[in-house]
Amino acid sequence: METNLCIAGFGGQGVMTMGKFLADATCNATEKKVTFFPSYGAEQRGGTANCYVVISDEEIGAPLGDVMDDLVVMNAPSLAKFLPILKSGGTLFINSSIVSDDISRSDVKLVKAPVTEIALEMGNAKVLNVIMLGVYVGYTEVLEPEVVWETIKHKLSSKPKLLPLNKEAFEKGLVLGHSQK
Amino acid sequence: MARLFMKGTEAVAEAAVRAGCRFFAGYPITPQNEVPEYLSRRMPEVGGVFIQGESEVASISMVYGAASAGTRSMTSSSSPGIALKSEGISYCASALIPMVYSNFARGGPGVGSIQPAQQDYFQATKASGNGGFQMMVFAPSSVQEAVDLTYEAFDLADRDRNPVCILADGVIATMMESVEFPPMKSNVEIDAIKESKREWALVGHDFEKEKRAWIEPGHWQTKDMQKANEDAAAMYLEWEKDIRVEEYGLEDAEIVLTSYGISARVVKSAVSILRAEGIKAGYIRPITVNPFPYGAYDHINYDKCKAVLNVEMSIPAQFGVDVKVGVKDRCPIEHCLCSGGNIISRNAVLDAAKKIMKG
Amino acid sequence: MQKIYTRTKTIQQDKVSGFCPGCMHSTIIKLIGEVLEELDVVDRTACVLGIGCCGLQMDYMAYDNSTAPHGRACATATGVKRSNPESLVFTYQGDGDLASIGLAETMSAANRGENISVIFVNNGIYGMTGGQMAPTTLIGMKASTAPKGRIADEHGYPMHMCEILNQLTAPVYLERTSCNNPANTMKTKNAIKKAFRNQLDGKGFSMVEIVTSCPTNWGLDALASLEYIEEKMLPEFPLGVIRDR
Repeated sequence: METNLCIAGFGGQGVMTMGKFLADATCNATEKKVTFFPSYGAEQRGGTANCYVVISDEEIGAPLGDVMDDLVVMNAPSLAKFLPILKSGGTLFINSSIVSDDISRSDVKLVKAPVTEIALEMGNAKVLNVIMLGVYVGYTEVLEPEVVWETIKHKLSSKPKLLPLNKEAFEKGLVLGHSQK
Repeated sequence: MARLFMKGTEAVAEAAVRAGCRFFAGYPITPQNEVPEYLSRRMPEVGGVFIQGESEVASISMVYGAASAGTRSMTSSSSPGIALKSEGISYCASALIPMVYSNFARGGPGVGSIQPAQQDYFQATKASGNGGFQMMVFAPSSVQEAVDLTYEAFDLADRDRNPVCILADGVIATMMESVEFPPMKSNVEIDAIKESKREWALVGHDFEKEKRAWIEPGHWQTKDMQKANEDAAAMYLEWEKDIRVEEYGLEDAEIVLTSYGISARVVKSAVSILRAEGIKAGYIRPITVNPFPYGAYDHINYDKCKAVLNVEMSIPAQFGVDVKVGVKDRCPIEHCLCSGGNIISRNAVLDAAKKIMKG
Repeated sequence: MQKIYTRTKTIQQDKVSGFCPGCMHSTIIKLIGEVLEELDVVDRTACVLGIGCCGLQMDYMAYDNSTAPHGRACATATGVKRSNPESLVFTYQGDGDLASIGLAETMSAANRGENISVIFVNNGIYGMTGGQMAPTTLIGMKASTAPKGRIADEHGYPMHMCEILNQLTAPVYLERTSCNNPANTMKTKNAIKKAFRNQLDGKGFSMVEIVTSCPTNWGLDALASLEYIEEKMLPEFPLGVIRDR
């Protein structure tokens, strides 16, 4: 069993962090093989950002697969760019707050999550990635939510003030993801 | 110890520290900037030295100096930066100075692209500088392997008094993967290593009682220079015993895929898919690309093998030239290549293999 | 009979120098050796040689030495010194090495305030390669790559390394001396001693620029080249302490 995930969005939306949290949690809490591979460009700021996470029971071949089982899209340009590599029957997670385009494919499952709106309602636009991580974990059940939360907690240990907000964000996401199963 | 989830660059840097490397000089270049960044934090913690040199040429010259003084030393760069370091690498080879450097290769030639590539194969294995010297060149295909080979590279560099190259690429550099680290060498061990080099190292000698240290990156007398070349050539032959290669399924393979470094892990997963689909595929993955395991290609069952498929991230093929030497015209060699920063696609490999099997 | 002078032990007794008649490298190497003995640091000295004629001493110097890639002596010395802070580490470089191909390494080591000593031998020309133009070649001075002499409009002006390094904050000691007469030679020895003492005291970067001759490539005999130093070189490269902190 191997899961190829691509997470894509604007720089600054925390897509790399989301991928790293998920991959790190997998490494910490399971015996599975996992790779995280960031696509990198020359720009320090702006542009699109995307990363690939592969979680597998077997040795991982390419850390960047040809087709994705799951695709997380945080902005409209990423939808156009990455939808073609989502496999038939794969799952598309979209930030429905800002991705309003029609989905041109009917052979994929769609999970909508208005993560930008939720984050703004919570008073901190930056937590949209943690909400989306919750949505992804809640929907796919790829890992136990507690395991992922432990990793987030560990990574944010230098900023304890942010923990309650992130916990709430992650849990909101979990509920939202789980409800769309 | 528990496995850690780390970037290739940082993992290589930590492996060097654990191997007793206590001097690093480097210069920024993408995609390996986390090596100097990590070591700028880490070296002071272990009493080592980190210097951001004013250039690649200066950095390798600093490493040449530090290693000449008996300290396990390292530098790191990416393709165009390695080209600049070739001066100092050649000096180290000539002057019998052990050191380790890593090349997290990117697209080329020229400034090329900052994305991953395997276009420095000839540079690493055939001519890393002037003068026809050779080095052991390790080609890791995972972060764990990069760690293990870096750790060991320091021992081999010291054993041979010769540079050792870790030939990685931008994927190994930037990807994160779980790793387990070898043990941290103690200060006692590190001091003992340095002491073992005392005779030849620039540590100061009382010339009335013992021979001075004389670091010679060349010789005035042609007979001395030729003697040095002959000694080096004899050492290169000894490396036959150090060859490392991974082979799979060669006895019955109708098609043998061959590849190294990052491409090889893609090939390995492609081979398991081909096998699952009933195609008898095998692979050869050199781990040392110098010395090159030409002999591994003798293990192919040429009565059954229709072709060898060379897979690498370089156009034109470079690794494929060594493969050709190994195969010795016993079967056709086909190529599946990409270049310029593009990462080899498993589907492309599968398509190429299937096309051969149909043809 | 009282022995009042003997050859420095830092030069191997059975070896012969490869320097041309009238060349001042021999003098400077002797001065360095005397200073090392007087400071009693010979057994913890490491010399990093530049490329060119300065390397001709490697056969007969008796203490630890290495040859850096062309121009990189200050970088190589940085590595040696940082590895072994207890060592006395100095570079010995010519003008092409230090001021042309090695300008970045020289400036950067000085700017870092590396605790090393630099002996810079400036004779205004490339020696070993056959008299090519150097960054310190005088205006009008002929060179094998400047057959009409150095022309300011085309080649720029001679570089004054002490003054250039004096723009940096970190260096502690910069002095220009010569070996064109006994008095200046003694001043050179004192300057070398001061540069080495600075390092032993942990003070930081010192450079002694020594204005010398190249009779062979200048096309002059030994005595005429001494006059050339006095009349041509020293007006361009005035002697003295540029910085002493």
